[in-house]
Amino acid sequence: MWSAYEVIKFLYNPNKKEMNYLDQLEAEAIYILREVAAEFEKPALLFSGGKDSIVLVHLALKAFRPLKFPFPLVHIDTGHNFPEALAFRDTLVEKLGERLIVRQVADTIAAKKLVEPKGKYPSRNALQTYTLLDTIEEFAFDACIGGARRDEEKARAKERVFSVRDEFGQWNPKLQRPELWNIYNGRIQKGENVRVFPISNWTELDVWHYIRREKIELPPIYFAHERDCVRTAEGQLLAISDHIQIEPQDQRVRASVRYRTVGDMTCTAAVLSQATTLDEVIAEITTSKISERGETRIDDQVSEAAMEDRKKNGYF
Amino acid sequence: MEILRFITAGSVDDGKSTLIGRLLYDSKSILIDQLAAITKQSKNREAGEIDLAILTDGLRAEREQGITIDVAYKYFSTPKRKFIIADAPGHVQYTRNMVTGASNSDLAIVLIDARKGVIEQTRRHALIAALLGIPKMVVAVNKMDLVGYSQTVFEQIQADFQILQQKLNLETVKFIPISALSGENIVNRSEYGLSWYEGETLLAYLENVEIATKKQKNEQPQRFSVQYVLRPQTAELPDYRGYAGAVKSGIFRKGDTVWVQPTGLATSIKSIELNQKEIPFAAEGQSVVLHLADEIDVSRGDLIVGEKQPPLIGSQVQARFCWLDTKPLQIGGTYLLQQHSRRVRCKVKNVDYRLNINTLEKESQVAQIALNDIGSLELKAAQPLVYDPYQELRAGGSAILIDETSNLTVAALMFEPFR
Repeated sequence: MWSAYEVIKFLYNPNKKEMNYLDQLEAEAIYILREVAAEFEKPALLFSGGKDSIVLVHLALKAFRPLKFPFPLVHIDTGHNFPEALAFRDTLVEKLGERLIVRQVADTIAAKKLVEPKGKYPSRNALQTYTLLDTIEEFAFDACIGGARRDEEKARAKERVFSVRDEFGQWNPKLQRPELWNIYNGRIQKGENVRVFPISNWTELDVWHYIRREKIELPPIYFAHERDCVRTAEGQLLAISDHIQIEPQDQRVRASVRYRTVGDMTCTAAVLSQATTLDEVIAEITTSKISERGETRIDDQVSEAAMEDRKKNGYF
Repeated sequence: MEILRFITAGSVDDGKSTLIGRLLYDSKSILIDQLAAITKQSKNREAGEIDLAILTDGLRAEREQGITIDVAYKYFSTPKRKFIIADAPGHVQYTRNMVTGASNSDLAIVLIDARKGVIEQTRRHALIAALLGIPKMVVAVNKMDLVGYSQTVFEQIQADFQILQQKLNLETVKFIPISALSGENIVNRSEYGLSWYEGETLLAYLENVEIATKKQKNEQPQRFSVQYVLRPQTAELPDYRGYAGAVKSGIFRKGDTVWVQPTGLATSIKSIELNQKEIPFAAEGQSVVLHLADEIDVSRGDLIVGEKQPPLIGSQVQARFCWLDTKPLQIGGTYLLQQHSRRVRCKVKNVDYRLNINTLEKESQVAQIALNDIGSLELKAAQPLVYDPYQELRAGGSAILIDETSNLTVAALMFEPFR
């Protein structure tokens, strides 16, 4: 990897005409963000306080400053979030002076009399879709920018950068629009919306290399820290929180852990780690033999097509 | 490190997904949980063996039918390069999805089943790759194990394809005999029957092949597409007016004389900004902000071009096309034409010819243009188009057609010099 000094030297050296791969990925993402801002009446950027959406916010700064963002940040709060991620979210939004809209899944559950999933680790992942679709309708959002990457999951590997959804938020993987060159067709009918994924072509490691290069701040849970967890039957470590059922026979452990992804406390597992710096985190991921979601996401392992099925129903 | 984007194409059951699975598996790019998942699913289908194709067939319907429906993008890297693979469907019904994958690729791998040789789908895929101007091509002759590793079979297929290569004017084609199933000549050299092949393995070739046009980028014509006008109008920045957009080709430098098209107004570049810092130049692929010396009318969709190698400007254009919609082309119908960030209404005046996929002959008496048809048409645009011939400049010569009522992308267009 190049150091920040080398990157700057590269960018300012008129004799070197090639772009580094991170520059390429960055330029593509900025291009996509600007297309969204220009094409749509009411776009929004889905922001969870996780690393991918933090990178999106950083890219939006590069795309639009000195302008304010031409869209609000929107967080669909499941109520099962890590407090550290929420605190980070609020600090970042305040620092940037941007607009944040938060909608609570708990409110949707109450208003629509939805049934909460039962079980030991009750995830609100599926219920989140209802709140997202209601929020899209409430604000008449016609484009939602998300931080999904194609390397995360096999159904996501199929997704277009501009992914058209019908008024029920449904994705039809068999009938996606051809997406040619870098020409993005953002035309939709009233009621439809587009999910836009500017970092589609980034991998987990690209995101981390970029975070290091750009010195992007992250919530502390991405770095090793001591935490009380329970060990699941499958051997995964889940943070002890009010949202999961802990029984007397459960094995409690206090360990030095960090998170590779930041989703809900109910379905995101920690990994054992001593990595406290970006360099150490990158070294750890580079040598890891397990994929990001395979290691940490319980909800994806429910069935072979868990992600595809959620996406068809409007999940982002 | 460079990124090589490539597409894999081939007919149904030629083993594309298996080939990609093999590339990832043998280059140790599959992680253990992914391997566990495919091993588990493989057992449902075939006894014992790992079905590497499952890795890319990410949709329920694909796994049910054992075919690839839409492009899957896969990522892997070796110490030499990063790779983005577009795994495109082979099924005729989904040819348009191959066009999607091909439009952004630097290289195409066309798979041929050694038992079947050059067939209609091979021609179609080679034609699409040629039409979309993919600079490099690999013909991977697969399932060599099923033809007794016969060198004669390989050479015959090579000879057959070379006839096609000449007709299509494909410059660089590399032929490699492989077996995706057993992994011969993919990442590792064949230890069995293909020892007569002395060339590079597929991965070695992908790692070393020169990504085209890199050297020429310097001399390419200057094209900057304006996406969004940044005007904060705040107390601190009352006069800030930046044109946010992308350098589609060439290099822009501070002080360069430029033209804004299609208005034709001339000015020069006052400064170039990236991340709110001034930079002395911006090269192809970069997303930057331009400040111009004069206050002239510039809006989204305009193209800022250099003095040398000006683009063509005109309302009547000739373009080659791939028809991508189930609804046939309406001659005399109006569509929206989108190039980079610019959308213009246009009318299809005439279809000059449709290409016969098998003979590559131009058929001029055409009753209808339907899904997956390839040919050439004549358009009249409501406003002047600013374009380059596609063969000369991919970024300046590409466009899509959009159906005004369904909003679907119905055709890929590649401009030709107007006759």
